[in-house]
Amino acid sequence: MLTYIWALMIIVSFLFGILTNTPQNVTNAALKGSAEGINMTISLLGTMCFWSGLMEIAKRSGLTEKIAKIFSPVIHLIFPELSPKSPAFSAIVMNIIANLLGLSNAATPLGLKAMEELKKESHDKTVASNSMCMFVVINTASVTLIPSTVIALRLSAGSLNPFEIIIPAWISSVLALTVGIVFAKFFQKNSERKI
Amino acid sequence: MLISKITVYIMPAFILGIVLFGLLKKIDVLGAFLDGAADGMKVTIKIMPTLCALLAAIYMFRTSGALEFLTSFLSPITSFFKIPSELIPLGLLRPISGSGSLAIVSDLLKTYGADSLIGRAASVIMGSTETTFYAIAVYFGSVGIKNSRFTVKAALIADLTGFLCGLWFTRLLLK
Repeated sequence: MLTYIWALMIIVSFLFGILTNTPQNVTNAALKGSAEGINMTISLLGTMCFWSGLMEIAKRSGLTEKIAKIFSPVIHLIFPELSPKSPAFSAIVMNIIANLLGLSNAATPLGLKAMEELKKESHDKTVASNSMCMFVVINTASVTLIPSTVIALRLSAGSLNPFEIIIPAWISSVLALTVGIVFAKFFQKNSERKI
Repeated sequence: MLISKITVYIMPAFILGIVLFGLLKKIDVLGAFLDGAADGMKVTIKIMPTLCALLAAIYMFRTSGALEFLTSFLSPITSFFKIPSELIPLGLLRPISGSGSLAIVSDLLKTYGADSLIGRAASVIMGSTETTFYAIAVYFGSVGIKNSRFTVKAALIADLTGFLCGLWFTRLLLK
């Protein structure tokens, strides 16, 4: 999908450039933009290294698992059909905690494991089960404690307080997650009534 | 502002807490940190080509006047909902591409300033939403699920909520 958007952006840009008789500006912008891509990556590197390093400490010290234990009752409410002792449940909990801590590298494999386990418990092998849908919705609206990439960008753009966005980001992501869960539950009930 | 004062203490508490807990559990904190940092570096370098490609397209799109055309075309809708039209490209691309929306945020921060309303709102929106279609494709694709039922609907409603709340709470809390 992104391929088409990217190609479309370039085509439209040149169309506009030709219409306004300034196609050379568009070419210059392409070169400037890609140079900016390198600058941006380099300005992100430091923060990303620090952050990933810190999170590795949290993982190895068992802090991640401790937090997971605290959250598992809430997660049981969202997935009532799963036993808290099942491997699917524990993979879901760990995936949610990894997302919360911004460990996206760890979150994806845990999420894939959760999906595999959910598939074992499901009867239909091509249609998503309720738990699968709920799990993916939660992943598309997951809450991140410290949005480190954005903070790194703000830092490099000269913000006076790059961290000030954390609290509004928490509130709006918790609200988005809640709305996602509520609608998923609602659609779930609706689709069951049809059957 | 109170919010800024609280946030000043969140980060130190977070960092100290993690390091102290590691020491308490007697793990090699520096060793763990270095392994994690090396990993973080790999991930960041990996997105470099994508960011180049996408920022090139964004710069072209803006310079050519196409972006201005798009935002003015959408301005009746955006002004009705009091959404700054500069944020529309971010809202449209956010569910589709993580690095693409990161590139847009970086561009908005440079153009309008990190501490402007647009800069702050873009940061909050970026920090509170996820790459919806990527997650759906990866998770359902990995286990061969063809029918995702209501997932896309519910996820997009959540994305819209995140976008509007992000803007709204930026206006409310950051002044």
